[in-house]
Amino acid sequence: MVKVLLFGPLRDLAGWRERDFEGAADLSALMARLDPELALAINGPGVQVAVDKAIVRGSAQLGPRTEVAFLPPMSGG
Amino acid sequence: MIRLQTEGLDVGALLNLFCQGRADIGGVVSFTGLARHEDGQVTGLELEAYPGFTETWITDLVLRASQRFSLWDTFVVHRTGLISPGEPIVFVACAARHRRQAFEGADFLMDHLKSQAPFWKKQHGPGGEHWIEPRSIDYQDLDRWKTSPSDATD
Repeated sequence: MVKVLLFGPLRDLAGWRERDFEGAADLSALMARLDPELALAINGPGVQVAVDKAIVRGSAQLGPRTEVAFLPPMSGG
Repeated sequence: MIRLQTEGLDVGALLNLFCQGRADIGGVVSFTGLARHEDGQVTGLELEAYPGFTETWITDLVLRASQRFSLWDTFVVHRTGLISPGEPIVFVACAARHRRQAFEGADFLMDHLKSQAPFWKKQHGPGGEHWIEPRSIDYQDLDRWKTSPSDATD
């Protein structure tokens, strides 16, 4: 089970902040499970992906208790 | 010390805590950022962090500042959640042997926090609500610190 976290405008778009997904072995498989509108926004400019709180680029394998966070452009403090 | 909190910031108490019992430092510079009302256009800010990730990011930033300006100690406290205009949103304090290092350390920390820190900020106002991104002035402020190749990715 992969825990997915959404922040900022992505959370508003999806209408949820945290959700568990079963059976996603890598990021591509996870993206395919997301709502198409959300997946499109995640592929938009400036969105970063963190796996277990570390930024990743490209694909990444996901384990049973992996946390995946989609981080839209940050506002700063 | 780094802290994220939803409770209001008692800036005087934070500064007193930071300075307490310090005979080893020559100066402390603190900065307090307040939420602006923007002539009535802002009724509140909603600030979201990624717990764990945001603190790690700030810890790395503080380490860079500490090395660059020979800071002896730092204190960063940031609000999250709902913030009303006039309320403190961020408190930064830097202690150093000499005042110049403390001033520059606080300046460096704030420029990086304002433009790059992993927070998502939603502005509420009479015209509705919207997510905000750093302004161009924030990036210009950041450019001031790009003085060496190692800072090129700032």
